[in-house]
Amino acid sequence: MKKRVVSILLTAAMAVSLLAGCGQTGSGNTASTDNGSAATTNTGSGDTGKAAADGANGKVYYLNFKPEADEAWQKLAEAYTNETGVPVTVVTAASGQYETTLQAEMAKTDAPTLFQVNGPVGLKNWIDYCYDLAGSDIANNLTSDAFALKSEDGITAGIAYVIESYGIITNVSLLEKAGYKVDDIKSFDDLKKIADDIQARKDEIGVKGAFTSAGMDGSSDWRFKTHLANLPIYYEYKADGISQTDAIKGTYLDNYKKVFDLYITDSTVDPSQLASKTGDDSENEFLNGEAVFFQNGSWEYSALSAKYSDDEIQMIPIYFGVDDANEGLCTGTENFWCVNAEASEEDIAATLDFMNWCVTSPTGTAAMADDMGFVIPFKTAAESPNAFVKQDTAITAAGKTPVSWNFTTMPSEEWKNGLGSALTAYAAGTGDWKAVETAFVDGWAKEIEANK
Amino acid sequence: MEKAIKKYWIIFILPTMAAFLIGFVWPFIWGIYLSLNKFQTLKKVEFVGFSNYIKVFQDETFLHAFWFTALFTLVSTIVINVLAFAVAMLLTRKIRGTNVFRTVFFMPNLIGGIVLGYIWQSLLNGLLYIWDKPLLALSATEGFWGLVILMGWQQIGYMMIIYIAGLQNVSPDLIEAAQIDGASAWDVLKHVKIPMVMPSITICTFLTLTNSFKLFDQNLSLTGGEPAKNTQMLALNIYDTYYARSGAQWKGIGQAKAVVFFVIVVAISLIQLKFTRSKEVQA
Repeated sequence: MKKRVVSILLTAAMAVSLLAGCGQTGSGNTASTDNGSAATTNTGSGDTGKAAADGANGKVYYLNFKPEADEAWQKLAEAYTNETGVPVTVVTAASGQYETTLQAEMAKTDAPTLFQVNGPVGLKNWIDYCYDLAGSDIANNLTSDAFALKSEDGITAGIAYVIESYGIITNVSLLEKAGYKVDDIKSFDDLKKIADDIQARKDEIGVKGAFTSAGMDGSSDWRFKTHLANLPIYYEYKADGISQTDAIKGTYLDNYKKVFDLYITDSTVDPSQLASKTGDDSENEFLNGEAVFFQNGSWEYSALSAKYSDDEIQMIPIYFGVDDANEGLCTGTENFWCVNAEASEEDIAATLDFMNWCVTSPTGTAAMADDMGFVIPFKTAAESPNAFVKQDTAITAAGKTPVSWNFTTMPSEEWKNGLGSALTAYAAGTGDWKAVETAFVDGWAKEIEANK
Repeated sequence: MEKAIKKYWIIFILPTMAAFLIGFVWPFIWGIYLSLNKFQTLKKVEFVGFSNYIKVFQDETFLHAFWFTALFTLVSTIVINVLAFAVAMLLTRKIRGTNVFRTVFFMPNLIGGIVLGYIWQSLLNGLLYIWDKPLLALSATEGFWGLVILMGWQQIGYMMIIYIAGLQNVSPDLIEAAQIDGASAWDVLKHVKIPMVMPSITICTFLTLTNSFKLFDQNLSLTGGEPAKNTQMLALNIYDTYYARSGAQWKGIGQAKAVVFFVIVVAISLIQLKFTRSKEVQA
């Protein structure tokens, strides 16, 4: 009898420990189904209109997109908790894994209360989970209504929290060594002439090429399939007076080809090698003074300022040969904060308070400007020390028009990947430019259709 | 004791049963259900019927991935098994250093697929660059053979161990008897050794077939499907549909692809098992 009791107890203990194990894996990083069923109990509780609840009882869970700003966010979250007592968790997704991580996290009972989307296309995934931010303090604080991301139904689903610029980062000292000044570059033709000259005299100047390698590895190809591809889209939209389209015509693809040709011929490496070159390769070439020009954005400032002073690096527009006299840097955003509508009212209120605090309080604005190097589009923002941002302001003040970020209207990641593959093949000589045009024009229509 | 087991068996299988239900049966049923829905997270699912399945078969990339996977499976199964068997024959001949060789050949199997993929990518790209050929990401043919080489390098050692175990179990009496009857080395191999190691062949072909068909890590890290999805295999295609696409409809399509994939893998494995089993002999 006693034995029997012991054995039953043992079995029970085994079963319990096993189930406990299951529970733990459930709270790990993958979205398991038992999580899903547990989470259903939570459904709908946060759906009810405006959150009138007190944020002091809530908690904030921010799923951060930018790995380079993780440390700064952790510090800021701690500061907020110390000041208000509201717990703030910041989790950062690994580079390139944001969508996957968000997918898994949103299925949990304790889902992120604050997450981000990258524009209208990214918003399509998450629109059902976005709390309407219209009329909230943070939305009212925006310097321009253009920085609010509206859904097709007119819901203010996202708030841009950082404005960034990209262009061609120039090593001023090396350019001077080659006998030129930044002011000498005023158009695409100037750029090509100077780059060709530097490339021809590269040994004399002591560089490996005019441009850093236009790496087509996944860590770097977005500079061309997304950022550079923004320019033909921008000029086409501008010429046609539209802000998005279901059928791109590719009017300015010849200009796109000229710029890309320049990047791959006046380069530090042979074009056939580009397929495997990474973003780090390119950055290191610039840091080591092996190239004069580097197409990238203001987010590179923290990496580059470690080596160069503010006077040594200057960002110039990606002159495109269309309207060079008026073209400024490409300035815009693809980072929009969204609040999870499925969260409890307390958590939503707490999240709104936290967002507001980040962009209004001295601690918050200072952290975003100094630690993260962000320019934030809010009236209460602190000035950022980022030299590229200052240059952008100066260029705009000089009467140039910033190129807006239209790549948020690209139909899908799939379209970008198709374009990237075609560009890679073109650079290596295994494919022709025709394939790039097909990927650009036909791929666009196909993806719009597939995502309807 | 035996009586107790008879009486309480249900309690003893309970933990395993629970784990099986929670970890396999339940997700499996959910998976099939989700393939009939449109969803972003599991909190909100919207029933759409079989439209996801229709889209799966209209998807050119999925069909391309299927044929690419089928070809890869065929080639790699043959290459791996032939080479593994050959190495196993060599290493059961009592040559010096047999154990060292066995260990060395087995070792690649202990390294994770993702790591191997990236290492081989650098190696192969280095070679291709020297030979002035397009890099891996630019040529589907190179990508295909790169995958075969990588899988061979990783799996031959493992299959070799299974074949060695099989070969060592072939009774020397049988071989001796055959030799006395005047059989040549080739005859011994064909009529004695191979029939006797048929169970090992069953296991090895089953393992290589399913491993190749379900290949994911190596595909992701070695070629990533480049150029333009030409080296994308089924598992990567499903992952790509599920995660790389934005828009709720893609999740359901990805799920439907996964169900189709499951059916294909089961069918192939059953056919293969039936085929090789029928050739097994008793001695």
